[in-house]
Amino acid sequence: MSGQIIVIPDVSKASPTTNWRRWFSLENRFVPPIFITLILLIGHLSFGILESYTKTLLAIGTGIATELILGRITTGKWVNVASAYISGISVGILLRSPAFWPYALCAVIAITSKYVVRLKNRHIWNPSNFGICVILFLAADAVTTLSIQWGNSVWAMLVIWSLGSVIIWRLKRFHICAVYVVSFVLFAVLRAWIVGDPVVSEISPITGPEYQLFIFFMITDPKTTVRSRNGQMLVAFSVAAVEMILRLHSSIYAPLYALFLVGPIALLIETWLNSRKELKSKDEAHVFLPAGVTQ
Amino acid sequence: MKRSDVTRIALGVFFVGLLATPLVIKRVTVRRAKASAVVLDAGDALSRYGFYFTEVSHAAGIDFIHHAPVLDARLNPIMPEVASMGASVSVVDFDHDGWPDLYVTDSATGSKNKLYRNMHDGTFKDVAEQMGIADVNQDGTGVSMGSVWGDYDNDGYEDLYLIKWGRPELFHNDHGKGFTRVSEQAALPPWINANTAVWFDYDGDGLLDLFVGGYYAEDIDLWHLKTTRIMPESFEYAKNGGRKYLFHNLGNGRFEEVSKKVGIDSRRWALASEAVDLRGTGHPDLVVANDYGVSELYLNDGKQFRESGADAGVGFAPKSGMNVSAGDIFNQGKYAVYISNISEDGVLIQGNNLWVPKDGQVGKQVKYENLARDLGVELGGWSFGAQFGDLNNDGTLDLYLTNGYVSADRSRSYWYDFAKVAGGNSSIIGDADHWPAIDGRSHSGYQQKRVWINDGAGKFVDVAHGVGVTDTCDGRSVAMADLFNRGVLDVIVANQRGPLLLYKNTVTPKNHWIEFALEGTRSNRSAIGAQIIVRWNGQEQVQQVAGGSGFASENDRRVHFGLGSEPHIEGVTIKWPSGKIQTLSAPTLDKINDVTEPQ
Repeated sequence: MSGQIIVIPDVSKASPTTNWRRWFSLENRFVPPIFITLILLIGHLSFGILESYTKTLLAIGTGIATELILGRITTGKWVNVASAYISGISVGILLRSPAFWPYALCAVIAITSKYVVRLKNRHIWNPSNFGICVILFLAADAVTTLSIQWGNSVWAMLVIWSLGSVIIWRLKRFHICAVYVVSFVLFAVLRAWIVGDPVVSEISPITGPEYQLFIFFMITDPKTTVRSRNGQMLVAFSVAAVEMILRLHSSIYAPLYALFLVGPIALLIETWLNSRKELKSKDEAHVFLPAGVTQ
Repeated sequence: MKRSDVTRIALGVFFVGLLATPLVIKRVTVRRAKASAVVLDAGDALSRYGFYFTEVSHAAGIDFIHHAPVLDARLNPIMPEVASMGASVSVVDFDHDGWPDLYVTDSATGSKNKLYRNMHDGTFKDVAEQMGIADVNQDGTGVSMGSVWGDYDNDGYEDLYLIKWGRPELFHNDHGKGFTRVSEQAALPPWINANTAVWFDYDGDGLLDLFVGGYYAEDIDLWHLKTTRIMPESFEYAKNGGRKYLFHNLGNGRFEEVSKKVGIDSRRWALASEAVDLRGTGHPDLVVANDYGVSELYLNDGKQFRESGADAGVGFAPKSGMNVSAGDIFNQGKYAVYISNISEDGVLIQGNNLWVPKDGQVGKQVKYENLARDLGVELGGWSFGAQFGDLNNDGTLDLYLTNGYVSADRSRSYWYDFAKVAGGNSSIIGDADHWPAIDGRSHSGYQQKRVWINDGAGKFVDVAHGVGVTDTCDGRSVAMADLFNRGVLDVIVANQRGPLLLYKNTVTPKNHWIEFALEGTRSNRSAIGAQIIVRWNGQEQVQQVAGGSGFASENDRRVHFGLGSEPHIEGVTIKWPSGKIQTLSAPTLDKINDVTEPQ
């Protein structure tokens, strides 16, 4: 679900040992695509989570094609398509519809949003989150999201959580996931107290695969999260808080909508704060400049 | 203007266009839906669609309201959810007078089932009490969920298997004069929580066998729970439901349970089933629609079954199967299978499945593709029972679907709470205590039914409103029958906590029809499993005598074919379950043709 422009390491100039390490290192940029592909394959081959191969391939294909075309038009170059692959595969897993068109349309909207909805040369929505939310909102009669669990086994769930946690830890983003999960659970307890439902029924959603994808691939997207560590944790908490409000209003797609709302606001605030800082430092620099010297 | 600005503007316009696309699609869909929702008067419906329905239950002497079961008090918070089935109707000519009667189940403890005898004058009279099959929901014995009829002892009268959450019952029909309970003699188990059963002769020995599909596990007494961990362990992969039974008819009024021995071993949550010879092997295969999981297809070689759902394509994507009905929708001599599921805008869109055999296949293997969307029969709300039948006698099979789960407070929905638990881990979903209280809310309630007419060119069009089907009850079971021997298919619908509806059909007289009432001799006397192939005007349609289909229902034993306005019959072939093939040289049009199997 990352919308980042992924740069392929130039392995041609490295030594064979470095090559080997680089390709198998958890830091390499292909880890997220490989991880999400693994989730897809394990989920589908074990439990048939996909609506169909065709629909997922359609989402991936249209996502990649859109990225290539728009990248070429706007930059004049063929951009790397790894992030489009992740967006496409996310749409293919998360979206549920008996029709084909929502998969194609959602993938195109997701990728196009990266090129259109930008602020200071930075896109402000996680592309797949944007695409899925828009299609859920505008085509509620035709689509839903993944709403099933990993079969009957708790093991599949644990494997994905463990593997995901290790990878996210190595990518130095585990704190985002941890804050979100802890916040979700605390808010679940609060919700249960407010509405009088069993606590486990409020915790229940986070045990499903939709949340695993949401946590490991959406809220941690480097391109659409704020830069500071504390800021990232605050945003994760805010997403959980907004989600709780939406859930109190029976919004089935609460986490997706919460990120849709909180993500850009956080980025706007960060951009504003950064520009203020820059302005301030410019002013300070200006104050200390010798007379007659301009920046 | 710079090139980059032009690019930016073009991209912006493109993006707005993308966002507008779903709105345009929605507008077109809504316009189509509005067109099909127009209520027509009888004359317009007749000229436009060739038929219309009039709901005549009260005029026909039927004022039946179904009562839902009241289970263990620990289930009270979600009682409407768990006690959401039991309304059913089956068609049977129990007294062999040539007029179809109706057996209707009730499901509250102490309530009484009805046997509506056809009085030959457009009315029915309840004779269940008199016949001894009314008081079958007594405290401690469970309650009725459905019924299927078959002449298991070949004495010429249809016997009753009563599907229950509780003690299953077999009633012997004493020549239409009354019924004798023979459950113990037949060696039925003490308790099954089932919602589906079918009579069929799986081994071709001339004796009807009985398949029963469990829903809740059979060790659960829903009125006296030992635990609240009775719910499915998963919304889509549950395998903790009731076991399956195949009672092999031994011929002396006794049955032997042989399911595991012959390859039927499943604990999925069965809700519907039908036996049908899908491959033309002469052996009926068994299709089982499961709630909370994939459907199952048991291919029958006459002695053993092989579960081939995944190989055939029907058993991979897990949904919430609630109906099985088979019909030759393209007039090609092949059965398509309709399995209903759940669709709710903005929440869960499983879509119903119309499994159509792929072209060019012969022999033992069969592959299916889901053409429900292409043909227009995919979205039917929280779908339950459905049946194929030629409602306007135009020569193609139409499809009637009922739906609606829990209709309570219209303004409040249970969907959000349902979804949050349904998506959770098995340790959560499997315990009724973990489910939020429904608290008077609706759950896919007040839904519009579907009457899809087959245009013969690969599309089904919903004309429910236009032909007078406007009820929004919580429909469960649908049965079709030529109730008044007029050569048209009437539709009977059983509704949960609602009335039994009788839609009397009026069909344009320009279309012709033919019906067959079969009686087996070497085959089982009910002729269940017989295939009738009618060839006319360069096309052919196959239909079978079924021992149960749809959801908890059974159609008229007689088989009805619409033939269109100028039919030229080229031939009729009957493939009897015994293997005998009979050709009818001169069947009579617009008439019920009685056919006895040649010795």
